[in-house]
Amino acid sequence: MRLKDKVALITGGTSGIGEAAAILFAKEGAKVAVTGRNEMRGQVLTERILNSGGRAIFVRTDVSNASDCRRAVDETLVAFGQIDILFNNAGVFYPHTTLDCTEEEWDLQIDTNLKGTFLMSKFALPGMIKRGSGVIINNSSGWGIVGGDSAVAYCASKGAVVLLTKAMAIDHGRQGIRVNCICPGDVDTPMLPEDARMRGQKWEDYRAGCSNRPLGRIGTANEIAKATLFLASDDSSFMTGASLVVDGGGTAD
Amino acid sequence: MTTTSAISANSKLNNKVALITGGASGIGRATALLFAREGAKVAIADLDADAGQAVVQEIVNSGGHAIFERADVSGAADCQRVVERVTRQFDAIHILFNNAGIIRRASVAELSEEDWDRVMAVNVKSIFLISRQVIPVMAKLGGGSIINMASGWGLTGGAKAAVYCASKGAVVLLTKAMAVDHGAQNIRVNCLCPGDTDTAMLRSEAQQLGEPGDRFLMDAARRPLGRVGKPEEIAQAALYLASEAASFVTGAALVVDGGGLAGSV
Repeated sequence: MRLKDKVALITGGTSGIGEAAAILFAKEGAKVAVTGRNEMRGQVLTERILNSGGRAIFVRTDVSNASDCRRAVDETLVAFGQIDILFNNAGVFYPHTTLDCTEEEWDLQIDTNLKGTFLMSKFALPGMIKRGSGVIINNSSGWGIVGGDSAVAYCASKGAVVLLTKAMAIDHGRQGIRVNCICPGDVDTPMLPEDARMRGQKWEDYRAGCSNRPLGRIGTANEIAKATLFLASDDSSFMTGASLVVDGGGTAD
Repeated sequence: MTTTSAISANSKLNNKVALITGGASGIGRATALLFAREGAKVAIADLDADAGQAVVQEIVNSGGHAIFERADVSGAADCQRVVERVTRQFDAIHILFNNAGIIRRASVAELSEEDWDRVMAVNVKSIFLISRQVIPVMAKLGGGSIINMASGWGLTGGAKAAVYCASKGAVVLLTKAMAVDHGAQNIRVNCLCPGDTDTAMLRSEAQQLGEPGDRFLMDAARRPLGRVGKPEEIAQAALYLASEAASFVTGAALVVDGGGLAGSV
């Protein structure tokens, strides 16, 4: 049990990587608070964790909204008393170039992927600082390191997350808080077939294209969750400001 | 209770065989001890036979399995001998930690050609020489994990460290190239980029620069975590890359530096 008695707050935790991390963290002994926009999926997940003997709550949250973020932090503190781990995972993606990205789609991606990370951290940090310890993990992307086609707002938001991570690491290292990000490549989550649909591609063709990387396959949500667990645990005690690339070698060439 | 029985089914490297170059001291030693604790059979290659045998003894005394082979990994014949000995003894190599490395603190203007050649041979060519012996073994086993020791100075430059920076930059890109070539064989290849870590190498650097031995410990106050790393903390990062937890990680450079590269406080 690598997270015994820890409290983890995971945004966007009702599906994909966030859901896998919630289940893995709970299995490793953490009390888990999950946020998301879909109440029903949130309840299903918390029941699943409770049924396996873990502890979990769901807080319906839109991370682009400051009062929602404050409430997510407050309700986690009320339920579990503290926050040891914040996984800023919530993210949205619309495949567009600069020419066809609407201003609304731009704002939605930047506000969810980037500003949500700022807001959640802003409200979770004071408790961590008071206790002199904490871990923040931000979900960036391989596309926070290299560019991708028809993904301008997403790339901008994820590149920003990489540098926000470093800046936060500098500001809060002395307070005993480590801040790192993960940069996953294509992973088997609902976001991927949705992207295929929006791009008008057949899922099989799209998936084959995504598999064209050194390991010859896309990742599983659980594999990304395991990278997050490494960063959340004391095994990474000398890591802060880092970007952990988990992409089957996709950005190696 | 014997220590062997303390290696539980939850151990992260149960029944794995790990070869660690430069495993007699510092990060290599800490990794050998950690991997053995996690259930791996460990082979150590190093120039220093006394220190290497001592690590083996420590592992064996705790109920683990380990062997030592004296080797200069910058030589092809030594690399071949090491790999043959390990496969003869343990029948497999699942994990290769190319950790052996040296440093010369000098600018290009001050550096001798001999020192250039030596650093490049130990830090870079050794990875090529030993990996080319190990990869066929891993391929036959259906996969493996290679971890190369790079450095924060493989990603950014440092003063009076020209050949070291060149060698570690080479390791970062050699890692990516190997990841591309051998992913299809299910061999993952990653590198570690530690910041200053409390090892004999760090004290030797101060000595080479004619500065007090604790100079780097004081400099470390500038990094976000305000301290140098411990060999055990770098070993934990190597364990992550070696284990199934990193099954989708290849071609990556894992920075473990207390925030040193994120920027200065």
